[in-house]
Amino acid sequence: MRWFGKIPSPADLAAGDEKAEAALRRTWSTPTGVLGALSTVDHKIIGRRYIATAFVFLMLGGVLALAMRLQLAFPEARFISADRYNQIFTVHGSNMMFLFAVPVMEAMAVYLVPLMVGTRNIAFPRLNAFSYWIFLAGGLLLWISLALDTAPDVGWFAYVPLAGPQYGPGKRADIWAQMITFTEVSALAVAVEIVVTVFKLRAPGMSLDRIPIFVWSMLVTAFLVIMAMPAIMLASSSLILDRLVGTQFFNPAEGGDALLWQHLFWFFGHPEVYIIFLPAVGMVSAMISTFTQRPTFGYLPLVLAMIATGVLAFGLWVHHMFVAGLPRVGSSFFTASSMAIAIPAGTQIFCWLATLWDGRPIFKTPMLFIIGFLITFVIGGLTGVMVASVPFDTQVHDTYFVVAHFHYVLIGGSVFPLIGAIYYWFPKMTGRMMSETLGRWAFGLIFTGFHLTFFPMHILGLQGMPRRVYTYPPELPWAGLNLFVSLSAVILAAGFLIFFIDVLRSVRHGPEAGSNPWNASTLEWAMPSPPPPYNFRHIPVVESREPLWTSGETLPVATGLRLDRRELIVSSVAAADPEAREASPADSIWPFLAAIATSIMLIASIFSPWAVIWGAIPVAITLTGWFWPKQTPEDES
Amino acid sequence: MKERMALDLSHLPLHGMGSASLTFWGTSAFMLIEGTGFALSIAIYFYLMSLAPRWPIEAPPPDLTAGTILTLLLVASVVPNILVSRWAKRKDLRKVRAGLIVMAILGLLPLIPRAFEFPALHVSWDDDAYGSIVWTMLGLHTTHIVTDLVDTVVLACLMFSKHADNTRRYGDVEDNALYWNFVVLTWLPIYGCIYWVPRL
Ligand code: HEM
Ligand SMILES: [Cu+2]
Repeated sequence: MRWFGKIPSPADLAAGDEKAEAALRRTWSTPTGVLGALSTVDHKIIGRRYIATAFVFLMLGGVLALAMRLQLAFPEARFISADRYNQIFTVHGSNMMFLFAVPVMEAMAVYLVPLMVGTRNIAFPRLNAFSYWIFLAGGLLLWISLALDTAPDVGWFAYVPLAGPQYGPGKRADIWAQMITFTEVSALAVAVEIVVTVFKLRAPGMSLDRIPIFVWSMLVTAFLVIMAMPAIMLASSSLILDRLVGTQFFNPAEGGDALLWQHLFWFFGHPEVYIIFLPAVGMVSAMISTFTQRPTFGYLPLVLAMIATGVLAFGLWVHHMFVAGLPRVGSSFFTASSMAIAIPAGTQIFCWLATLWDGRPIFKTPMLFIIGFLITFVIGGLTGVMVASVPFDTQVHDTYFVVAHFHYVLIGGSVFPLIGAIYYWFPKMTGRMMSETLGRWAFGLIFTGFHLTFFPMHILGLQGMPRRVYTYPPELPWAGLNLFVSLSAVILAAGFLIFFIDVLRSVRHGPEAGSNPWNASTLEWAMPSPPPPYNFRHIPVVESREPLWTSGETLPVATGLRLDRRELIVSSVAAADPEAREASPADSIWPFLAAIATSIMLIASIFSPWAVIWGAIPVAITLTGWFWPKQTPEDES
Repeated sequence: MKERMALDLSHLPLHGMGSASLTFWGTSAFMLIEGTGFALSIAIYFYLMSLAPRWPIEAPPPDLTAGTILTLLLVASVVPNILVSRWAKRKDLRKVRAGLIVMAILGLLPLIPRAFEFPALHVSWDDDAYGSIVWTMLGLHTTHIVTDLVDTVVLACLMFSKHADNTRRYGDVEDNALYWNFVVLTWLPIYGCIYWVPRL
């Protein structure tokens, strides 16, 4: 890399200069008060908010899960009506996928990626603010509809014709489809921000082969979002059009096709699994490296495996449709490619095991969750290979075997790493440590509760218990296991409860963390905890893959950014050579207003197509307000 | 943590153009999203076609006139569009202003033949799946013309305001031009699908 000549030391930028830091703080701080909270564009504030909101949705979704388990505990129970049950499993599934799992991963990235690549804010911070408000509005739409007893009742994949105009009267399926629009808009916005942040805002010297694995994982995830989400947007919009203005996309009587829905849904839905899982891969790699105090074994294979997973993820969607009656050859191809995806997954697991083998793992709470992840995910992966084979899938399709399988993959593959990641990054986000004791209890209860809850579901499935039924007759041999499963779900819930209590307690009362409590190697640990509004006093200069381990006590930094204005460094894509200084947008209320205008338009369009036309006007006005520059030209010089 | 000065960035330009600009990458990412959307709509078109015994379903192929006029207009607009982009790169404010006005007009003009394209399809969106997909494709593309038109108008106003003469705004003009090229380019396969595939 070529540096820019000699190194002057401008007086106002001397390291540790308190006046300079005060100026930076003034420049980057969010104003206090309600208006400040609504207009902030600080990625850390938005990221924390995003994470917290997603966890609230996890908790609410968990309550629905318990409600279902209460109803299923006994045969012919009457706690929940069939209609309510349909709403509950639909909202549970949709909520977990669209309001918890995807958003929480993106939210972690919103918080962490700018810190890890060494910049002061995410690319397009106003878009970031907008995306949070849109996400929140979509979540409220779904949950308010449940409170009003008009929640979608068509399952999280909303198959037509059940979700179509004939069999799904009322507004329930429209609410589902529009909730999709909300969450996809916000997911796509964040994906764009992540891609551009990783491509262009990396600290000088952080060439492609020095990007932290977690950042790689989020980059690949962002591309998956960009390529997969348009499919579901198109699908859900066509569904609304079919229902609202009488298009015939899914109506076989007029040349439409129900399978078209399934193709579009699963062209998104399968990559979705990896959108949830790949960030977890990144988190696990980061934590394993820290808790073994050595670089992750196999940087290149890990990165390539993630990219391969991302590419393969698009070739697999048909394995969700084996029983839909597709040509045989097609099925064999998709069976083969479904099994092929086990190869990159195996590579990743091998790299982690090699890291653990070679290092001396320190078993703090995050590591416990990683062990839980490895065990659970491998079991889920095995049942995945089983259902990837057509004859077996034909047998267990739409039974509890599948429910067991996907909870093993989803909870094992991403919730376990995520909880570990919260323990791991909590000190950075809040400045305080969570409790080791409570963490061990939480892990113990979640891990045992999980396996006791979901393992028996495999057996129930093999015994033929179908999913999405609100009850079952006492003659069938399912009652005992169902009761057992429901009681175990309470253990699982208790584990989550302890985790939440630990979080709430530690925010205030946890011991102070210091800047780098785990002696980790990546840049987010270079600044105090929680990070100041400007993240880095000086932008670090990266000279290796583990900057904090190789730099010893002194971090090489770059100077020359202004203190009185929000400035970032833009660097080249491959080598991360600095190319320009870039002004970063100020706080603004417009993204919030634009989100409100967009939400009104989207919700009104459930009722009338004209809402799209009239609603576009306030949206255009707020967007213009958002983009209209405030500075005078002199400021820009 | 102690710090060691390793690099001075004060002489870097404020706001880069081209690939050094963040909005260039943001626009590209959005084009990737929308391009995927267009590609999928074409996939749906062919999927439905493969199921239909006759295509178009119970309708004659669309009349060519309006769609072809629009296509010619769009293709012709690429020339001034590229010029505006070039002038923006050279930061020639006078020419950029004139160019943006021309581009605003060239964004508005295609909407006239577009209005005649919908009736030229000879099928309503709710007649059958064929009608649904061609209306959707036209609708999707029209939305893109309209949004870019609004964008161009706002940008033109901006370039006549006191905020005009700076690197960032010129970068916006370049990105806007890039996006218009995208709007033109995505039209071509859609034009082929709607007007020529039924004639094959
Ligand atoms: C925390 C403990 C959880 C329990 C006890 C639980 C339990 C259940 C139950 C009983 C069903 C209904 C099965 C049926 O009637 O067919 C279900 C469905 C589902 N769950 Fe969970 N779940 C939990 C967490 C999660 C998480 C974290 C996710 C995703 C990240 C998730 C995703 C889903 C999905 C996608 C469905 C399918 C819904 C549908 O069929 O439309 N669950 N879960
Ligand atoms: Cu799949």
